[in-house]
This record gives sequence, C-alpha cells and structure tokens, in this order.
Amino acid sequence: MTAQATPGPGTPVEEPDAHTWTGRARRWLLKKLPPDKLLPEDQPSYVASWAYVFGMGAIASLLWIVISGIVLGLNGPQWYHVSSLGNFVNSTHLWSVELFFIFMVVHLWLKFWMAAWRGGRVLTWITGVISFVVSIVAAFTGYLLQTNFDSQWIAFEAKDALNAVGVGAWFNVANVGQLFTWHITLLPLAVGAVVILHVLLVRVHGVVPPLEAAESDAQLLHNRPEPAEPPEPTAPPETAESGGAVR
Amino acid sequence: MTRKTNSISWRKTDDAASRPWTGSVREYDLIKELIIGVVVVGLLVLGVSALFGSPDEPSVSLKAWATAAPADFVGTAAKELAGTSDSAGYGPPYNSTPGASQTIGPVDLQSLSGVRLPVDTANDFVIVPLATLPSPPADLARWMAATDQQRSGWAAAYSDALAAAPDNDPAKVADGDYGPVPALTGALLDMARQGNLDGVLQNGGNFYNTDYTRSLLFLGDGSYFPGLAASQHLSGDQWGVMNETGDTPGQSWLWLFSLLYQVEPFKSAPNADALVVVTMFVLTALLTLLPFIPGLRSLPRWIPLHRLVWKDYYRNR
Repeated sequence: MTAQATPGPGTPVEEPDAHTWTGRARRWLLKKLPPDKLLPEDQPSYVASWAYVFGMGAIASLLWIVISGIVLGLNGPQWYHVSSLGNFVNSTHLWSVELFFIFMVVHLWLKFWMAAWRGGRVLTWITGVISFVVSIVAAFTGYLLQTNFDSQWIAFEAKDALNAVGVGAWFNVANVGQLFTWHITLLPLAVGAVVILHVLLVRVHGVVPPLEAAESDAQLLHNRPEPAEPPEPTAPPETAESGGAVR
Repeated sequence: MTRKTNSISWRKTDDAASRPWTGSVREYDLIKELIIGVVVVGLLVLGVSALFGSPDEPSVSLKAWATAAPADFVGTAAKELAGTSDSAGYGPPYNSTPGASQTIGPVDLQSLSGVRLPVDTANDFVIVPLATLPSPPADLARWMAATDQQRSGWAAAYSDALAAAPDNDPAKVADGDYGPVPALTGALLDMARQGNLDGVLQNGGNFYNTDYTRSLLFLGDGSYFPGLAASQHLSGDQWGVMNETGDTPGQSWLWLFSLLYQVEPFKSAPNADALVVVTMFVLTALLTLLPFIPGLRSLPRWIPLHRLVWKDYYRNR
C-alpha cells in the first residue's frame, strides 16, 4: 500500500482506482451523486413556482409525524385518553398526517401534469407512488391503533376487505400487538426508506425541465440576463462559473 | 436553431429532459427551504391542533352493549349458539363454512390462508366464558351432554322466537322447546352486565392479551355496535372507513376505495370486498406504471396544465 499526498485546497479530488467492493461502491456513489449535486446551491431557472414547495411540505409534515409519533409511542397507547397534553400531542399527530397527505397528493398531481417521469426519471415517479401507497397503509394502521370507538369500527369494517383477499389471517386488524409492530417500526421505516430513495433520485436526475423546453429557448442559449452589478474584480473566473452564473 | 419536440416518454433521449441542465440557473437554498418548511408546517400543525383538537369517542364494551341493548345481546348470543350469526358462517380465516368465502371466478384468495384464527362462536363466545364463572349455570351441563343436532335445534328455535317476540324481549318469548338456551343466554347477559365477559373474552384466562378478534366479532354480530357506527356516519354505505367520528376529517385518501363500495357492480355484489380490493390493486399498479402506458402518459401534453407551472419559463423563452 502506498501513501498518497493530500490534495491542496481547490485541487480536484481524483478518485483513485478502487480495488475493493467498498471502494467501488464509493466510486459509484460519488459518480452518481457528487456532493455538489446532492446539496446544490442553485437550480435551473425553470424551478420558479409554488408548485415546487409541496414535496418539501410533505417532508416537513413527515418530520412532525415522526416527532409526535415518538412522543405518543413512548407514553403508551392509553396516555392520550387521560392526559390533556397527550390529547394535544395526538392532535398534532393527526393534523400533521392530514397535511402530509394534502401536500403529497398535490405534489403527485402536479408531477403528473408536469410529466415528471421524462428523461430517465421513471424510478423517481415509481418511488413517489410507492411512498404514497405505503403511507396510506401506515396511516391506516394508525387509525386502527386509536384504541377508541373509531378504531373498533374501522377494524370491524376493514377485516372483510383484508380477509377477502387472504391477507387478514396474517395482518389481523383486531390484533393490537401486531398493529403496533407495523405502525411504529416496519411501516415508518418503509416510508422513510422510500422517501429518502425518492429524494436521492430527484437529486441524481435533477428537476425535470419544462415539457415544451426547446434548444432555442433563451434559458438554454446561455443568455441569462447579466447581474445588475459587475462581479468582484478579485473573483477568479472559475468561481463565477461554478457559483451560479451562466453555465 | 430548430425547436425540437420533447418526448413524453420515460426513456432517455437526446432532448432537454434527458441531459444535465446546461442553461441558466438561479440561486436555490434547499436546506433553508427545508428549515422554513418545518417551521411553517409546525406552526400550522400546532395552530390547527389547538383550534380543532382530535376526536376520541370512547370504545364500546360488551358491558355497555349488554346494559344498553339487552334484547339485542341475548338475540345475538342465541345466534352464536345456533351457528347462524355472521361470524359463525364467516369462513376463512375464522372457520371453514362451505361456500362462505368471496371468490372472483374460480379464484378463492380468502381460502388460501385456511382457518388461521379459529373462532367457534358457540364455544368461544358463550359456553367457555360461562364455564369460567365461580358458579357456572346448571344448564351448562345439559348443553354439554346434548348432541349437536339437539343444540342447534334448541338455539335456532329460541333465536326465531326472540325475533318474533315483541321488542325481541326475552321476557315476552312464546313458549317452546328451547332446552338450556334461554338460561345460558340469560347467564351470559348477567355476566356481561357485571363486566366479567369483557375480560374473559379478551384474555382467555391469560394475564396479557392484545388480540381483540373475538370480542370484536361478537360485538359486530349484534345490531347495537353497527347502529352506533351508523349514527356516526361510519357505515359502509356512508363511505365507511374514510370517515372519522364527529366532524374531523378521516382517511379522505381512501375516497376511491370507499367510492367503489357505493356504486354498481360492486355495491350489490356478494363478493364486493374481493372485487374492490382487486380493482384498487389494479388501479394502483396503473398509477405506478403510468409512465409506461401510452395514452395515459400523454394526458399532460393534451391538457397542458404544465403551462401554469412553468409560465415564467415559457414567457421568457
């Protein structure tokens, strides 16, 4: 094994030949999603609409669902029936779920009308739909865990649909012990994993350009309006190039 | 430069959607957007929670049922003994009633699991609980000694007599040969009123239990529990599981699932559950694979709502 010199500041990091599985995995990951693609400081000029906030709104709601869910879970299923604080935390859990679905459904519809699967982004679409479906199952198990009249009735009604396709024998809506496993471990992990994969795919492929974007468009012809003030004279040319000006 | 038509296909081509963007860019701070999003959504959640709260209608116990609707309770217990209740004839996964499972053509998905959660309504809901009493009713021995034919004859006769009695009142039942059934159902009613049946049915003699299958099936076989649900607009013909008690929104994202139960051919089909679930499975698969489906994937081009989203881009092109 030979020692390698540490590259100086500003020097592009050359990925050495990878001989191990780990090294190859690192090389593949860095090639697919280099840091400036994972956490970019700019976006294409067409990413300028309220339509783009709903995905982030869904993620923000999901964070509140997880936080309120952890508080509810740690206090046990009976807490919110007898404590006013517990009842309020339960309310935040419910309403963050309602907002999560509102954001997600609007996001889904918008991405449909934007045909966001174009240009090799089909897996982004598929992971988005899967996260929607898994979230529905997760929310359903939450409604079954309310341990009140609503959960009693939902369990009684829903058993027929699950039994009719042979699932109810294993996914028993009247077995609260089973439901806890699904609701506070398996399904949140599944939602989290699919959402993370979805976000990473968005970063890998970038935000889909407009449906009618054409080579002759001003924004593609590098004629972005000049900044009002001239750039700092000391700024090196490559900094201006990579810092968000015309690419 | 010529204006090329962009492909609606999911495939990578040589259009703008398939290449890394090389045009103009704008500053965009993802982390800042996330932080602002978390704060705004958090404030929204706290505000709406403080304003509207969340419903918590107490659960219904067997004690509450026996106290509020004793005639319904006794009538249901008689049906459990006769084997004529919904649960008794449900089929898999609770029991093996012939022809009870929902099929789609020759496909019988319901029977695939077999009887994995066995429920014998006469024994599990009535006889075994009564046997746990410190002083079990004397008529229990008569029931135990009888043949299956005698048992079902007594219970069916009593069940029919209850249905014909004024207000289904056990005290007003016409005379007949009902064997030990009236005594057993009466003893079960007393047991339930005292609150003993809830524990016995749920725990089955164990200290711990988290499985409410039997209690729920027994409760649902009566008309008291479904009646409460109907008064809270929760029945299947009232869009069922997508509603919540009171005025709070429920699982509105299940609207399509609930909608199918309201329309033909699902509404009156004996295998409605199987048909609805399979239909939803197919529709979900279509949504997932939509980018591969010609026609459906072209809708955004034919109905160009995208022009609203990208109106700034199109204006400045």
